[in-house]
Amino acid sequence: MTRRFSRWLVASAALVYLFLHAPVLALMVFSFNDSKFSASWMGFTLEWYRRLVERDDILLGLGRSLAIGLGATVVATGLGTLLALAFHRHRFPGKRAAESLLYLAIVTPEIIMGISLLAAFVAVGFSLGTLTVAIAHVTFSISFVAVVVGARLRGMDRNLEEAAMMLGADEWEAFWKVTVPSLMPGIVAGALLAFTMSFDDYVITSFVAGPGSSTLPLVVYGMVRRNIEPSINAISTLIVVITSLLIYLADRSMRRSAR
Amino acid sequence: MRRRLLRWFARRPAASGGALAAPGLLWVAAFFLAPIAVMLGYSVRERGLYGGVAPGLTLEHYGRFLEPLYLEVLGRTVLWALVTTAACLLLGYPVAYVIARAKRWRQILLFLVILPFWTSFLVRMFAMIFLLRDTGLVNTLLQRLGLTTDPIQLLYTPGAVLIGMVYGFLPLMVLPIYASLEKLDDSLLEAAEVLGANGPTRFARVVWPLSLPGVVAGCLLTFIPALGSFVPSDLLGGAKQVMIGNLIQNQFTAARNWPFGSAAAFAMMALVLVAVVGYLRRRDAREVVG
Repeated sequence: MTRRFSRWLVASAALVYLFLHAPVLALMVFSFNDSKFSASWMGFTLEWYRRLVERDDILLGLGRSLAIGLGATVVATGLGTLLALAFHRHRFPGKRAAESLLYLAIVTPEIIMGISLLAAFVAVGFSLGTLTVAIAHVTFSISFVAVVVGARLRGMDRNLEEAAMMLGADEWEAFWKVTVPSLMPGIVAGALLAFTMSFDDYVITSFVAGPGSSTLPLVVYGMVRRNIEPSINAISTLIVVITSLLIYLADRSMRRSAR
Repeated sequence: MRRRLLRWFARRPAASGGALAAPGLLWVAAFFLAPIAVMLGYSVRERGLYGGVAPGLTLEHYGRFLEPLYLEVLGRTVLWALVTTAACLLLGYPVAYVIARAKRWRQILLFLVILPFWTSFLVRMFAMIFLLRDTGLVNTLLQRLGLTTDPIQLLYTPGAVLIGMVYGFLPLMVLPIYASLEKLDDSLLEAAEVLGANGPTRFARVVWPLSLPGVVAGCLLTFIPALGSFVPSDLLGGAKQVMIGNLIQNQFTAARNWPFGSAAAFAMMALVLVAVVGYLRRRDAREVVG
């Protein structure tokens, strides 16, 4: 590429990065702004954070989101890891169809997953609540865990397991003492991503949550639709900080596993 | 006992694969496939009085799409999804290219695209509201600079919805294109240069064709969620000009016409299936050739 062309390329990429990050950064800065309505800087305050703590709906929603996230993550990580092992280590009839099914679950628009689960739960008379939300979260996380753990499996050396078995370990021991420890970075990354998706999901949850089982995103959506107040900036800032940390850890875990 | 079990599985490799996959596949079958079948079932049922379904089969819910009102919604949805995809490609390709060519900064540049991909979509839409509303950052800046005296209506316009969708789905375009550009062999570019190809020619004849699988995957990954979205049009468009997503959501909440909502959802699902199957066949054909 000519130098002028590549300079133009870098400049346009920089603008796109600005577009990707400036809005959320502005949101975060103004969560500390001492003004209820204005988007001009009026001085520093922690008032909006203090108000969050006073709101029961936010605290309850946060508690529910954490509980559902932890439960869904454990189940999805277990099932997804087993799927990844089956796909990368074994042949079985219907494997291609099974893999396509997982990809289909990833690309299916969230709204379709949400309403079809709602229709199914109602059809079998299952009452909506925290449990239906957790089931839905496991369903959309499994495929992602399988993909992430699968990426780790692909890069793994099988010689270690074979060596362990030559030294007298049976498959069971080789699996727990060699396979699982070296697979751990992938499993951790998958679990962190599953938790993040559960913690952030609005669309699917909005359909399968019953009365009294609103998660944090549902509470925030209600706040955004009702009236815009700086408390929303504050709770958004906290959400962004938490998820960024989780994603950073997942990314680091994956990169370590790639090495 | 354990040894006997292990020996049994060792003699049947297909069984061990199946046993590992079974729990996850059963879960996905029960909570993803079966519900879609239920939804399909709802879509051909008569509408019940109080939001449920009545006995009897009908295709009238699919027929309703041919009414001008719904054709307009369908057309708007497809158009907005296409515009979003095109804009994401235009903005995302240079970013993917710069990341793929970067050496020292590559990891951090990549992370800066992965981060918004995983950041709460809801928070990101709220950030757009915060920028675009009448008392928002953009209007405040415009007034400070003396460019306008009264706030310009930015929020609750089709433009706001489109900006929001591009903002929301852009990472989905960048990541697959980056993945295919990363594999690009430098020696191919050098060879093209030695053979006398200038910058634009090298791009058109070497870089672009080799990145095409990533471009196709990125367009698909952007187009599908854009087609199914309802949060941007709800929050940024003020639900004034609805997309299919808003229509479906409304049928399942306020309007309580589940059969019609299911028919609309299934029509959307059919579009997605056509796109995915077309993509997979194309990819498989490419694998056979290459």
